[in-house]
Amino acid sequence: MRVVKHPILPEDTKPEMTIFFDGKEIPAKAGEPIASALLASGVRIFRETAKKGYPRGIFCGIGRCTDCVMTVDGQPNVRTCVTPVRQGMKVETQKGLGRWSEEA
Amino acid sequence: MRKVQAVIVGGGPAGLAASIEIAKAGGKVVVIDENGKPGGQLFKQIHKFFGSREHRAGVRGYDIGTQLLKETEELGVEVILDAPVYGLFRDPAGIMVSYMKDGREQAIIGEKVILATGAAENALVFPGSTLPGVMGAGCAQTMINVNRVLPGQKVIMVGSGNVGLIVSYQLMQAGAEVLALVEAAPSIGGYGVHAGKIRRAGTPIYVGHTIKRVLGKTQVEKVELVALDEKFQEIPGTEKMLEADTVCIAVGLTPLTELAWLAGCEFTFIPLLGGHIPIHNEDMETTVPGLYVAGDIAGAEEASTAMEEGRLSGIAAAEALKLYTAEDAKTLKAEVWDRMNALRTGPFGQKRYDAKEQLLATAKGGK
Repeated sequence: MRVVKHPILPEDTKPEMTIFFDGKEIPAKAGEPIASALLASGVRIFRETAKKGYPRGIFCGIGRCTDCVMTVDGQPNVRTCVTPVRQGMKVETQKGLGRWSEEA
Repeated sequence: MRKVQAVIVGGGPAGLAASIEIAKAGGKVVVIDENGKPGGQLFKQIHKFFGSREHRAGVRGYDIGTQLLKETEELGVEVILDAPVYGLFRDPAGIMVSYMKDGREQAIIGEKVILATGAAENALVFPGSTLPGVMGAGCAQTMINVNRVLPGQKVIMVGSGNVGLIVSYQLMQAGAEVLALVEAAPSIGGYGVHAGKIRRAGTPIYVGHTIKRVLGKTQVEKVELVALDEKFQEIPGTEKMLEADTVCIAVGLTPLTELAWLAGCEFTFIPLLGGHIPIHNEDMETTVPGLYVAGDIAGAEEASTAMEEGRLSGIAAAEALKLYTAEDAKTLKAEVWDRMNALRTGPFGQKRYDAKEQLLATAKGGK
């Protein structure tokens, strides 16, 4: 959910764009990390662990813990908390270690 | 290979302040940061800072960040962004700093190098701690204040230090409900003024409590709290189940010291400052000649002390580069020490002051 009205911060005027999460269009704000666009659309499960398939989401938010890695435009293990969105970007829930797609 | 007078690793409050001092002295300085924007964690600090006017008290963190960036631009400090530093190597001309930029390995030599890499949040382990919805308090703070998105609606905060207290309040400002603040110690860790805000908002602060477990199928659904005795053991029968979707962890910071270890710095262990700290002297110079530390890597404190340590390391490096006479440097450094000592007073600051004194004594005593 977006923070719309804030007692201290001014209105957020960053331009809107669109990315794809598992094939579905979701809105994003220019310059924000992938993770925040996903959270804004209520997506919290970013990947499943390799051995047991346990769900994982964002944890550290500074690119260190790698819990938030996903497959982005066919490239696996992209840290979504520090990778900014791009118009038309394809973000996918990563299963285990992920795999490279043909186009990446 | 390119060579400059000073290379600074990390463009947060400490690194930027250091770069400003070196540039002011007329030195050529390059700041390298792994992030897309400089400023470190300053831009998520929407609260007013403490201290006196010289410490920019009453000014919000992001305004301090904007001011620092403006100063670096006016002084012509070069900032290389999206560039993680991965190695430090000894070189006859100084220290070689290796980094990745645009997918390529690059390197630059600094006659002096300042490490201002900051710190990372500590994790906490309990059943369910890996579920989506459990995250660092600083992570949640970035989401609400920088990216303007709520990481959840019903939050339990663990840790009542200033980070836990401030982020709880900022989550409320952003529209989240903070159900409870949980603190294992028998008393609140942070400033009373911040705790008062939480209490006035009606959020209970459970001291002597911890999280027993978090339940949920694919994400956080329920959080069970339990009371602790004076030996931090769970007291059976005191469990309390709360319905929440988010758990924020604010249980301290650990300095990011990897590069200092790589460079061969000698370390000491001071829990109050976050654990292993590179030993450094009153000029912030480590046991590796020409290599300085500033900010949280030199002991996790606050942004205001990080900026002063940055200035101190910058002035000292400028002196070592012969950009200042010993006499001028002495005056400038004394001014910084006055401000820094003032920040390390009071019931919380005094402990950090004592810990830093212990660190300096270690540097003088050899071990």
